[in-house]
Amino acid sequence: MNLTEERAKEWRAGLRNAMKAKERTAIPRVHMPELDPEYRSHTRTEEVNLGLTPEMAMQEAKRCLDCANPTCMEGCPVNIYIPKFIKNIERGEFLEAAKTLKDTSALPAVCGRVCPQEKQCEAQCIHLKMGKESVAIGHLERFAADYERESGKISVPEVATPNNIKIAVVGSGPAGLAFAGDMAKLGYEVVVYEALHEIGGVLKYGIPEFRLPNEIVDVEIQNLQMMGVHFITNCVVGKTISIKDLEDDGYKGIFVASGAGLPRFMNIKGENLVGIMSSNEYLTRVNLMDAANPVSDTPVYKGKKVAVIGGGNTAMDSVRTARRLGAERAMIVYRRSEEEMPARLEEVKHAKEEGIEFWTLHNPIEYIGNEQGRVTHMLLQVMALGEPDESGRRSPVEIPGKTEMLEVDEVIVSVGVSPNPIIPQSVKGLEVSKWGTVVVDLETMQSAVPVIFAGGDIVRGGATVILAMGDGRRAAKSMNEWIQSTESRV
Amino acid sequence: MNKIVSKEYFSENVVKFEVEAPLIAKSRKAGHFVIVKVGLKGERVPFTIADSDIKKGTITLVVQKIGLSSTKLCALEVGDFITDMVGPLGKATHIENFGTVVCACGGVGTAPMLPIAAALKAAGNKVITVLAARTKDLIILEEQMKEHCDEVIVMTDDGSYGNKGLVTNGVESVINREKVDLCVTIGPAIMMKFVSQLTKKYEVHTLASLNTIMVDGTGMCGACRVSVGGKTKFVCVDGPEFDAHQVDFDEMLMRLNGYKDIERDEMKKLEIINNK
Repeated sequence: MNLTEERAKEWRAGLRNAMKAKERTAIPRVHMPELDPEYRSHTRTEEVNLGLTPEMAMQEAKRCLDCANPTCMEGCPVNIYIPKFIKNIERGEFLEAAKTLKDTSALPAVCGRVCPQEKQCEAQCIHLKMGKESVAIGHLERFAADYERESGKISVPEVATPNNIKIAVVGSGPAGLAFAGDMAKLGYEVVVYEALHEIGGVLKYGIPEFRLPNEIVDVEIQNLQMMGVHFITNCVVGKTISIKDLEDDGYKGIFVASGAGLPRFMNIKGENLVGIMSSNEYLTRVNLMDAANPVSDTPVYKGKKVAVIGGGNTAMDSVRTARRLGAERAMIVYRRSEEEMPARLEEVKHAKEEGIEFWTLHNPIEYIGNEQGRVTHMLLQVMALGEPDESGRRSPVEIPGKTEMLEVDEVIVSVGVSPNPIIPQSVKGLEVSKWGTVVVDLETMQSAVPVIFAGGDIVRGGATVILAMGDGRRAAKSMNEWIQSTESRV
Repeated sequence: MNKIVSKEYFSENVVKFEVEAPLIAKSRKAGHFVIVKVGLKGERVPFTIADSDIKKGTITLVVQKIGLSSTKLCALEVGDFITDMVGPLGKATHIENFGTVVCACGGVGTAPMLPIAAALKAAGNKVITVLAARTKDLIILEEQMKEHCDEVIVMTDDGSYGNKGLVTNGVESVINREKVDLCVTIGPAIMMKFVSQLTKKYEVHTLASLNTIMVDGTGMCGACRVSVGGKTKFVCVDGPEFDAHQVDFDEMLMRLNGYKDIERDEMKKLEIINNK
């Protein structure tokens, strides 16, 4: 059924006529209930956002005008049928709303939490054009997904009759999971290979539990398992088995979503001192290895004066984690100003509420350690904003001779990652960019080796969960078309 | 889950395991390592692969009880399962006919050296191994090493077996007597540092196989980083072998000691377990 027919359905038309648009736009945007900042800055895993109540969700859903031309959908990388799910919430059909989400998204409870909606669907909301706040699409998405999960009546998306065609996925992060879900729906036999001992990729090792609890990721993974997707952990494709092994094994298509690999460092003096680490290492220890839990064997520093270098979401996750592990001073050190920060506004707001210090327009130029090689101080160059650079952001320039010394006992470097080199190094004929990313046709996600499709950070370098999922969906669609066309030729 | 099919004590604190891992056994080459995790809340720790048997589908690991995780691993018995194991990781040793190669190994470093010595020999090299340990009981794999080498020189610190002296004394005696084209060294970081200093003096190209702290082992975290020739390298994906003369061993030693205080606390967990 197309969008127009869906929209014309009696119940939708009825809802639209039940309330005037003016009345709808007059309703103020809902506020997400949150844990108290002082309390939450000392609790490691409790989620900050508490979720909407059914009453709040239904009220917020009324704000949506059910536009004939829903521009919000254009802002969604996985094209969720936004008005349909919101109107189902308005009429109290929460399970139906969740089902609508799952038609196009393999991980709605995840997306409802970590997507930058303010830059995507919500940025296209009609309300903004009228000078009002957009509909809280992200909060509503989370509500519907959570409601379904907590109801115990989780619907498993319909799966086509098995076509007995085997497909392999490399990496179980957001791109791999989205791809696996779509291919399973089409009837393919999907096996996902994961290098780590846990399924979920960055959703497990990267994003902290106070933003995305592990059990929520696990439920979405179980859902995929119920659709017939198989997962194999502790298997590095390109090391344990090769792409050729997979082809010899009868896999007709391979989707590479091996993610971001090598963390970047700044190559400044003293950067290898003890107590200085990448955000990937810090977050992996705390999130994947549960290092702050006394029963875990993995150690982690619990610094008292912690500086996190960078202004992205990963930097915010790291600094807020440090605060929760007992840092008296948890500081963001960023070379540009707050306006240029790539982190989500919500993360910056939450960080500030939790007592994070923001050292903007400062850039580390040297680390100083004690006799044991432990970092004790960092030397910061004070910066000013200059002309806009290629990214359109005003570029930071040094103020000559102006430096500051800051006392620290732990430093977390969060200045980006390079793609994982294992697949690019191990497959002949694969086109690799100078940044180490796998080159694909961005419409079909197919690589120079026809059987290999790729998406997520291995293609983009560093992106968001939802862009990775969008890649996974596009890759699934085009791989299906490619396989069907090659099969019919045989 | 990987099943332990055999367990042998080389000494009180050094254990040899054969572990079921058919895919790793098939794909591994000399120089590769695996990451092992014991228990649901276990730590991910790297161990270099000492041997494999493709037919049996097993790999061999030689483990020395040092900290919490290695002690937990050594407590496992035949029939027990290692919770998680992944590999083979790292770059394999570059093998070709170099001419005369000295393999300088100390303590449990002998185990990962064995497949490298064997591969070098098979490639046509003259292979001389200097096998060193503190005392006689800690000398391992001497017979197996002899099978693959033209000569095995045993050194003990206390002179209880072989020649009295350090690994460096053994290596120096070979260099003084014949032309050496390559030296490969595996052992404690401090030992590799001194081997490297010695061979640098004699201008003998030397490879060191580094065993740093790791978390994921696939290039993701950077815990294993070392300075090689002034550049930061990741042992897990760029190594584990590097030109020893370029490695900043002092920095590596400093980083290896980074978690010492926490480790000491962690060991208390073992006492709690043992007392129960």
